[in-house]
Amino acid sequence: MEKNDTMTAHNYMVDFTITDTEYVSPDVVLLKMTPADSKVQLKEMNIRPGQFAQVKTPDNATFLRRPISICFVDLEQNKLWLLVRNAGNGSRAIMNSPVGATLNIILPLGNGFGMEICGDTPLLIGGGVGCAPLLMFGAHLKANGITPTFLIGARNKDFVLLEDKLSVYGPVYVSTDDGSYGDKGLVIDNHILKEKFSSIYTCGPLPMMKAAAAIAKEKNMPCEVSLENVMGCGIGACLCCVEKTVKGNVCVCKEGPVFNITQLLWQN
Amino acid sequence: MAELGVKIGNLHLNNPVLTASGTFGYGEEFADFIDLNSLGGFIVKGTTLEPRQGNDYPRMVETPSGMLNAVGLQNKGVDYFIENIYPRLTEYTSEIIVNISGSAVEDYAKVAEKLNALPRINAIEVNISCPNVKTGGMAFGTTTTGAAAVTKAVREAFDKTLIVKLSPNVTDITEIARAVEAEGADAVSLINTLMGMAIDVERQKPYLSTYTGGLSGAAVRPVAVRMVWQVHKAVKIPIIGLGGIMSGRDAMEFILAGATAIEVGTANFINPKVTVEIVDYINEYCQRHGVSDINQLIGII
Repeated sequence: MEKNDTMTAHNYMVDFTITDTEYVSPDVVLLKMTPADSKVQLKEMNIRPGQFAQVKTPDNATFLRRPISICFVDLEQNKLWLLVRNAGNGSRAIMNSPVGATLNIILPLGNGFGMEICGDTPLLIGGGVGCAPLLMFGAHLKANGITPTFLIGARNKDFVLLEDKLSVYGPVYVSTDDGSYGDKGLVIDNHILKEKFSSIYTCGPLPMMKAAAAIAKEKNMPCEVSLENVMGCGIGACLCCVEKTVKGNVCVCKEGPVFNITQLLWQN
Repeated sequence: MAELGVKIGNLHLNNPVLTASGTFGYGEEFADFIDLNSLGGFIVKGTTLEPRQGNDYPRMVETPSGMLNAVGLQNKGVDYFIENIYPRLTEYTSEIIVNISGSAVEDYAKVAEKLNALPRINAIEVNISCPNVKTGGMAFGTTTTGAAAVTKAVREAFDKTLIVKLSPNVTDITEIARAVEAEGADAVSLINTLMGMAIDVERQKPYLSTYTGGLSGAAVRPVAVRMVWQVHKAVKIPIIGLGGIMSGRDAMEFILAGATAIEVGTANFINPKVTVEIVDYINEYCQRHGVSDINQLIGII
C-alpha cells in the first residue's frame, strides 16, 4: 500500500524545554518536553504515531541532527516524549540534557503507521528502543476501539522498556535474550507468535524486523515496518537515506519511515 | 535596507543568496520553513537526460564538521522535470536555476537545449564536478580540455545565463575557470564537494557503498574561500561561492573573497531556515559597516 500523506502535513521547527528526564533502563532516557513558546500547541501539529523528529544536538555535539521516533504526545500537558538510547555522541548529548535545557526539533516528519491494514487484533512488536513509537500507536489504537497486543524484546530484565506504559493499552509479552524476564530468546521466538493476529507492526533492529516480516508473510498477515536508515536532512531533500522499493530508491525520511513490507525488496 | 541585488550574466538576483544543488530538493521541501521568494534564487537538484537511481545505500556518513555523500545524481530525468516539476516551481517569483549533469558532452547539450525553451528558467548551472558518478561528472571538470568541451557544447545549446560549477579536486582551479570563461561561460560556481573517504574501523569496511564520496559542510570552507579568492584574481566573469557556508558570517567571507553570489548547501539540512537568516545577516552587515550596496564589498580582499 502506497503511503504519501506527508504531502499534506506541515513540518515545524520548534524549541522545546525539557521538563522531565528519567532513566528507564541503564542506557535509555525518557525525555519529556514542552514548547519553549507556550503558544505553540502540539495538538495543532497533527502528529501521528510512527512519525519522527529531527533533534539538533546540544552544543553542536554532532554536525547533523539526529532522527528520533516520537514516543508519545501528551496533548493535555502539551508535552512531547522522546525515548533516547545512548548510541553515540549525538544521542548521548541529547539524553544528557537536563531539565530546563532547550532542544531545537523539527517535527513531525515522515509517514506514521497506517490503519488500513490493522484489523481487530494487531500485534505490535518492538525491539529495544524500537518500542518507542508503539506507545503512541497503542494509545491511538485503543482510542479507536482496538486493543493491540504488544511483544517487546530486550537484552535482559533491566533493559525492558515501557512495559508499564504499554500495558495501559493492551497485553504485553516480553522476550529477553537471557531469559531473566518473559520468554528466553529472540522476540520472534516468543510463544505469542503461535497465535493468529490481524496484522503486525514492528520497529526495532533490522534483523528482528526482517524475521517478523517473514513470519507475517508466511502466515499471510499484513505487516508494516519502521526503518531507520542513516539520514541527512530528514525532509526528503538530500536523498541519502534511500531504501530500494518496488518504486525504485525512495527516501525513508519522506516515504517512510514506516513501510508496508510489500513495498520493500528485502522481503522477497 | 542596503541594496542587495546582484547580477550574474543576464540574471538579476534580488539578493546574493542561492541554494546549492542537491541540498534543497526542488525547493518545496523547505516551503514549510521559509518564504522561497525571499531568496535570490534556488538551484534545483542535478538533472540528467535519462532518469537515474543513484548509488546504493549507504550514501552518507557524518565526518568531523561535515559529511560525505555518494548520492550519485538520483533524479527522474529532464523530461519528468519539465512536465511535472517545472510547472509547480513557476509559482515562485525568485529565480529557478537548474543544475545539469551528464555522462557525455552531447547529453549536457541535449538537456540544456530542452531547458532553454522554458521561459522561467533564466540560468543553468553545469555540473562538471560530481565526484559520485562513474562516467562523466567530475571527469569533465578535472581537465581544461574536458571543461572547455562541455562548456562549448552547452553554450551552443543554451542562450541564457550559463554557470559552470567547478571541481576542487584539481591541482589548479584557476586553469579550469579560465578554460570555461574562454568558451563563453557567464559565471563559475565553486566549489563542488571535495573527494573523501571514511572507514568504519570496527567493521573494517568503508562507510559508503561507493567507498569514496563528496565532502561538504563547514570542514571544507577554508578550502572553498581560498579557491574563490584565487579564481577571482584569474577571471573576469562573476563567481558564485559555496562550500561550508553555515551562517551569514560565512557568506560574507565568500563575498569579500570575490563571490558575487553564494550558495548554501549542507547547512540547509541542519537549519532549514538558514538561507533567510543569511539574507537578513548580509543586510545587517552592510548597515553595520556603512555600505549602501553589497556590490561594493565583492572581492575587496
